[in-house]
Amino acid sequence: MSPDKLVYQANQIAKFFHSKPHDEGVAGVAEHINRFWEPRMRRQFFEMIEAGHAGFDTLVVEAAAQVRPPPPAQTVPG
Amino acid sequence: MGLIHEVDYGTPESQAEKQVTLIVDGKPVTVPEGTSIMRASMEAGVEIPKLCATDMLDSFGSCRICLVEIEGRNGTPASCTTPVSEGMVVHTRTERLDAIRKGVMELYVSDHPSGWNEERGTGLSEFDKVATEVGLEENRYGLDGRNHVAPGNGSLNIDYLVRDESNPYFTYDASQCIVCSRCVRACEDVQGTFALTIEGRGFESRIVAGMSENFVESECVSCGACVQACPTDALREKTVLEHGMPERSVVTTCAYCGVGCSFKAEMKGDEVLRMMPYKGGDANHGHSCVKGRFAYGYATHRDRILKPMIREKISDPWREVSWEEALAHTASEFRRIQHQYGRTAVGGITSSRCTNEETYLVQKLVRQGFGNNNVDTCARVCHSPTGYGLGQSYGTSAGTQDFDSVEESDVIVVIGANPTDAHPVFGSRMKQRLREGARLIVIDPRRTDLVRSPHVKADYHLALRPGTNVALLTTLAHVIVTEGLVDEQFVRERCEWDAFQDWAGFVADEANSPEVVSSYIGVPAEDIRGAARLYATGGNGAIYYGLGVTEHSQGSTAVMAIANLAMATGNIGRRGVGVNPLRGQNNVQGSCDMGSFPHELPGYRHISGDATRAIYEELWGVKLDNEPGLRIPNMLDAAVDGSFRGLYVQGEDILQSDPDTHHVAAGLAAMECVVVQDLFLNETANYAHVFLPGSTFLEKDGTFTNAERRINRVRKVMEPKARYADWEATQELARALGLDWNYTHPSQIMDEIAATTPSFANVSYELLEKMGSVQWPCNDSAPEGTPIMHVDGFVRGKGRFIRTEYVATDEKTGPRFPLLLTTGRILSQYNVGAQTRRTENVVWHDEDRLEIHPHDAEQRGIRSGDWVRVASRAGETTLRALITDRVSPGVVYTTFHHPLTQANVVTTDYSDWATNCPEYKVTAVQVAPSNGPSDWQVEYEEQARRSRRIAPLAAE
Repeated sequence: MSPDKLVYQANQIAKFFHSKPHDEGVAGVAEHINRFWEPRMRRQFFEMIEAGHAGFDTLVVEAAAQVRPPPPAQTVPG
Repeated sequence: MGLIHEVDYGTPESQAEKQVTLIVDGKPVTVPEGTSIMRASMEAGVEIPKLCATDMLDSFGSCRICLVEIEGRNGTPASCTTPVSEGMVVHTRTERLDAIRKGVMELYVSDHPSGWNEERGTGLSEFDKVATEVGLEENRYGLDGRNHVAPGNGSLNIDYLVRDESNPYFTYDASQCIVCSRCVRACEDVQGTFALTIEGRGFESRIVAGMSENFVESECVSCGACVQACPTDALREKTVLEHGMPERSVVTTCAYCGVGCSFKAEMKGDEVLRMMPYKGGDANHGHSCVKGRFAYGYATHRDRILKPMIREKISDPWREVSWEEALAHTASEFRRIQHQYGRTAVGGITSSRCTNEETYLVQKLVRQGFGNNNVDTCARVCHSPTGYGLGQSYGTSAGTQDFDSVEESDVIVVIGANPTDAHPVFGSRMKQRLREGARLIVIDPRRTDLVRSPHVKADYHLALRPGTNVALLTTLAHVIVTEGLVDEQFVRERCEWDAFQDWAGFVADEANSPEVVSSYIGVPAEDIRGAARLYATGGNGAIYYGLGVTEHSQGSTAVMAIANLAMATGNIGRRGVGVNPLRGQNNVQGSCDMGSFPHELPGYRHISGDATRAIYEELWGVKLDNEPGLRIPNMLDAAVDGSFRGLYVQGEDILQSDPDTHHVAAGLAAMECVVVQDLFLNETANYAHVFLPGSTFLEKDGTFTNAERRINRVRKVMEPKARYADWEATQELARALGLDWNYTHPSQIMDEIAATTPSFANVSYELLEKMGSVQWPCNDSAPEGTPIMHVDGFVRGKGRFIRTEYVATDEKTGPRFPLLLTTGRILSQYNVGAQTRRTENVVWHDEDRLEIHPHDAEQRGIRSGDWVRVASRAGETTLRALITDRVSPGVVYTTFHHPLTQANVVTTDYSDWATNCPEYKVTAVQVAPSNGPSDWQVEYEEQARRSRRIAPLAAE
């Protein structure tokens, strides 16, 4: 998906969890991504986080450490 | 199998506890106090002839046929209006009674075609039967004098009315009417529309619709209750007049909305003559709406595709092929794509129109056959936030009540739902309760019919700005908390106290007070306070909500806010209260229950749970992926990115029903194999490479689960017109993919569901046969199902209060797009209209209209009926305007039933933060006069036309 859209959706999740106590919010964002984001989305998410993409909400950046790394991308024969 | 005859006891059941014993024609019978003699007799097996009485309606006592004699009493009282008393001795057949009945019937036929030896009706009505029963043989009154029967024979008969054929489904022949007023009472008491009345007095009395209008021009909603009630042929289905009475019937479940009405499909040969509401149906108790009752013609419409078809490219014409070829081609394409692009490059979409068993098989095919979790369903675009929100707050994803619960509600809150249009049979139940005095709060940007209609008036209509639900719900909570209206005992006993205190502190903040919030939600503060007080203190408070809550960027938050309100006021866990999502489609509840979501196995169990996966891994003999799969919008994104190439879509039209049509089209166009299984070449099929013909609900066995979690049987009344029922087609596809599936009947699929899903553990076709229907959870702790949930405790243990901070949607109005567009349904049409547009229902609604406030219209120089262009950031479309003050200034509204309108060209791809449910209910738009269809509409229509070409078969 487009990077902007991914950032937007991650930040939308963060906005909900901002009203929670900080640690709970961080855990909430991570859990939500773990439960609902398909590995491709998480893979793109990590690539963007690692590249230091500027658009992410601070809560998302903090939550990244608790997001489950996706399984390695499938190697497609041929 | 013959015609199912339901016993008509003549008057409604008495709910009294005290029992009374009487003797009817020598037979003792014991009934509750308050029962009529007529009903008691029927229970004793003695049928008293009657005309104006039926057990769907209160007794009326006008026809003078049901008279009886009671020992020790004078005269011959009407049995329908005389209640039983202890020790009463009743005689229903005596010489005196026979003579009176015969005399009364003779008076009736003296002004009825049957007394004139004219055959105008079926000759098989209740009236005809009573005439035979009382032994009537003649009309001694002759044929002279005033009457309603003779058309005039050359002279003018001012009493004669020509038949009203205006309604497409039934006729009104006044000459056969006996003015028993059953139709009038059905329209008032059952349907609640008050469209019919009796005009004139004495001999001039007659039934009229509206202000003496044709039926179709009156406010009649064509629910069919009057036709069902009519004891003569005065109101009669046209199909019956044309083909005669049906010969056999099968009880099944309607395939339209989430009310899930039970019907008798009444047949003659292989043809459905009519759908008669089934009194034994626990969702509808014998009532119906225009869709379920009459709009089944799509099942035999000539547009149905009955042969499988394939094509190389979507620009090619379709080529008809055998099932074998279509399935083999599909299987080889899916395997090729997986080989070439990876295991996760394909997926499936289950249908909320199909049965539980069919839905279960599609997700099984994806999980077992494709080896991934890329399965989703149309609930993504409607009630996925309900699943998430109620799951978080209460621990389960479903409405808490049965429909009957509304009978004990004192305050009804309707939020973002329009039950009289979208869930009409339940809407009528709700109106019955409102007429009995229940109070009503409507929260909706638009003035729906419930706000003000005959004998119904909302105490509060909070016409908020679209997109501000969470702010409103939170400020209602503010009032409840700060004014001390919380049911503290309930909260302490049933909910997490710490979470409550945290939440209470949050909502009590001044920023959430009505006085502050009112400025941006557009609702006066005193109305907010009044509504909150009424809900919290008015007795049993029940919340019913629809897609006006869920289809927002804060949809899930709003669901949690609703859950908070119910907990804070103790309105959960008994009859008359609760939180009730009104489900859109017949089986959207079921499709969610059956594991259609990419992160959940059946019964809402997350895919990451090892124990749950193990159950299926053992049964299916494969390793299941423990990662969540792609949701519909993610599939389309992945398709555009190139990592998703094949999609199996059963009974779902994502191109028309999903947001941002351009994006959906781009995603579909990027795929290499799109398989559409449907009744018609729907809009999505324009982008398909394989078309598999679908089957209607009349052509299969199975179950649907309605909005009350009620599992209702769907029964086959005719053979599949395209060889396979949908579950069989999926099974054949699975076999073509190499899976060893051997179901011979859907009951075996249900057995597999029950064996693997705790909340369905005791569900079986045998149980459904015995009970009629059951509401899940249905297992050893609730062997006969669960009408009301969370009675002694929440499913998750203690209820959880969750902070619901309002975050304004990013879809904002501005100088370019100053108006907010919101969307909804109309009674006569259903969703994308694929079914209802192929019936006579188009008489009531043949195009989508843009509702606009007179002020906004005048500013733009728009007159009612003008073509207008509606443009948003995403796209533009044109339709005709309807000027009305149902919408507030600044808000416009349209339905989305017609493909050419394509309201979703305009909607954006903003979505709910938790579930990606699209924000259909808020789009910033500009409206301007226009000459006609937009370029896009013209192009689209041409593209659709070309993509629907079917190549003629080469001569063999």
